[in-house]
Amino acid sequence: MNGDHTASLAALRAEMARLERRPGTPPAGTLPLGLPAIDAALPGGGLARGALHEVAGSGAQVEHGTTAALFTAALLARLPGDVLWVLEQRDLHPPALAGVGLTPARVLYVHARKPATVLLVVEEALRHRAIAGVVGEFSGTLGLTASRRLQLAAERSGVIAFLLRRSRSFDAAALLAPSAAMTRWRLATEPSGPPLPHAPEIPGLARPRWRLDLLRCRGGEAHSWIVEAFDATGRGSVLADLGHRPAAPQPRRAA
Amino acid sequence: MCLPTWATDRLRRSPGAPPEMPLVTVASDGRRRVVAAADPAALALGIRPGMPLTHARAMLPHLAVRDADPAGDAAALDRLAAWCLRYAPLVAADAPDGIWIDVSGAAHLFGGEAALLADLIGRLADAGLHARAAVADTPGAAHACARFGHETLTVIAPGAHPAAIAALPVAALRLPGEMVAALRRLGLEQVGALAELPRAPLVRRFGPLLAERLDQATGRLFEPIEPLTPREMVAHRLAFVEPLLTADAFGHAIDALLVLVCSRLEAAGEGARRLDLLFERVDGSVQAIRIGTAAPSRAPTHLARLLGERLEAVDPGLGVEAMQLRVTLAETQAHLQSTLALAGDCAAGDSLAPLIDRLENRLGAGSVWRAAPVESDLPERSVAAIPAVGPPPAASWPPALPRPLRLLDPPQPIGVMALLPDHPPAAFTWRGKRHRVRHADGPERIRGEWWRDAAETDAVRDYFAVEDETGSRFWLFRNGDGTDERSGDLTWFLHGVF
Repeated sequence: MNGDHTASLAALRAEMARLERRPGTPPAGTLPLGLPAIDAALPGGGLARGALHEVAGSGAQVEHGTTAALFTAALLARLPGDVLWVLEQRDLHPPALAGVGLTPARVLYVHARKPATVLLVVEEALRHRAIAGVVGEFSGTLGLTASRRLQLAAERSGVIAFLLRRSRSFDAAALLAPSAAMTRWRLATEPSGPPLPHAPEIPGLARPRWRLDLLRCRGGEAHSWIVEAFDATGRGSVLADLGHRPAAPQPRRAA
Repeated sequence: MCLPTWATDRLRRSPGAPPEMPLVTVASDGRRRVVAAADPAALALGIRPGMPLTHARAMLPHLAVRDADPAGDAAALDRLAAWCLRYAPLVAADAPDGIWIDVSGAAHLFGGEAALLADLIGRLADAGLHARAAVADTPGAAHACARFGHETLTVIAPGAHPAAIAALPVAALRLPGEMVAALRRLGLEQVGALAELPRAPLVRRFGPLLAERLDQATGRLFEPIEPLTPREMVAHRLAFVEPLLTADAFGHAIDALLVLVCSRLEAAGEGARRLDLLFERVDGSVQAIRIGTAAPSRAPTHLARLLGERLEAVDPGLGVEAMQLRVTLAETQAHLQSTLALAGDCAAGDSLAPLIDRLENRLGAGSVWRAAPVESDLPERSVAAIPAVGPPPAASWPPALPRPLRLLDPPQPIGVMALLPDHPPAAFTWRGKRHRVRHADGPERIRGEWWRDAAETDAVRDYFAVEDETGSRFWLFRNGDGTDERSGDLTWFLHGVF
């Protein structure tokens, strides 16, 4: 009985997805994270390609958006082709992207200078099917209309788009305003363990740990995990499944 | 732009150039032989154009003398003006010693007017030509400042040209010599003094030319440039029965012109790298827009889109009676099956060059780049920006060294508690916030590059990657190795955020 329900629900979902898609746009497929626990929570088993995804840091991380950028770069490294990275400030250090597998031969940087220009450039780039993905570092306020434009442009070309939300002020309200993005992620750093678990007195840095909050997901539910950061080959691992969490910011919890 | 020693510079460049001694050219003035032009060495020794040759020979017995060749100079000036088309679409030779360049709408491709002029003068200097250049709102003011300004390179802010020319001598107004002499007899030395006088008596005394030149310099009277079109260039002109005014109409005309130009480019096996679109207005003036492409292109849809984006810079005035499309820079381009090009969207597998063109034309030159590794241990020198079109970098950075995602430029000073010489900090304070270090890795010692700068010979930086209690990771360094004072003053900096 239960199995019947699951099957008919899946059929209904597929039908709705077919209806929601604009006519003439082929299904673009998904980009799996490679972490089964997380992919299972995403419709289609990964991040939808041909869609807009928002990624932001948390707390003091919002200003530099480093975890958000590394997460995005590690995902894009798995797609073949060039990636367009749109910057407001020229403070990105390309060797770090190479460190998560996005080699310099594959990244084109665009210096857009102003938040409004970032959106223009991202939208323009999304018309080109020749690129693997577009990343925009954006510190302005993203309205529903602006995000809808980007989502439509991505749907039309099948190119995946990431908007890295940066802000000078921590947890700015602008980051939580409604948007038309397919998924919204918030990444926070978590204290990492000792580099050698059996010998905690040895100094050094272990792999970073991130808390991954899926705040919003069209066709899915909010969820939180604690993961170990991706390495140069795109490997990561889920350390803890924190279950369904409300999207609103809340006090930090220890892992 | 002005070439004060054009005739002699040209002689120096020609085969069989005169030996390295002061050089003058001479022309006949009635029965006398007078100096027509002198090179900088001769000018420095007091030789002036217009001086009798015997007088000059008396001053400098070893003077090299050649016959003046005004026709050859003018033809060479035309060729140089055609070369200047690389900078702007509207260019004209201004005999005997100048070239007009209308830089409006073209300076963005070079990163500004000053950068354009510096590039122009630098290239000419490499070729042995002495040049002075000025940019101003009006051709008259630019002409005056190029010849009489203090600097070889002058950029006059929009609207500031009346003030800029006020202090220049009246000769800067392109007046005949006797009129200048007459004005000076009246005590009118400077343009500013002349501009303040009532017009009517001046015109009665000196004729309408004086008032005309004054108005041309200040911009009250428009002065069109008669643009030069080299013969071998691919160009098409479209004249209209009725003057065009709207952007839609321009769009249709652009499409028609592009079809003609692109088919000629295809026949020649070439693609356009730079295109100029000239709008001939009803009032006789010419406006121009220029686009550049990163890779040679002859796709009409792509070029039409690039041109269309710059249309807003055009002021049609009372209407445009003809448009001309010119390919000022073309490069060979392999033949492609043109059926592949789809209207609008680009097919998968297409190159990114059209996108790069559009972004660079909108955001300015140098806004799109790739990062290439540079063999340097200093993090701020390990990355070079290379052109987006062209071979991508083959190598990457050494993967064993973790590097932060954001590099702070310049590194920010922090307050640190640490044991010397090689312990990581126990805590640090950045922007008033204290971070307690829970884990750390380091030191990674990076030495100064003594082959670049003597001051770096002993310099040492010890880098630590640290994690604070929230899990945020930072890249800190200490100036100096902690034991030797010459290696640094032991101040700490935050250089990056992981």
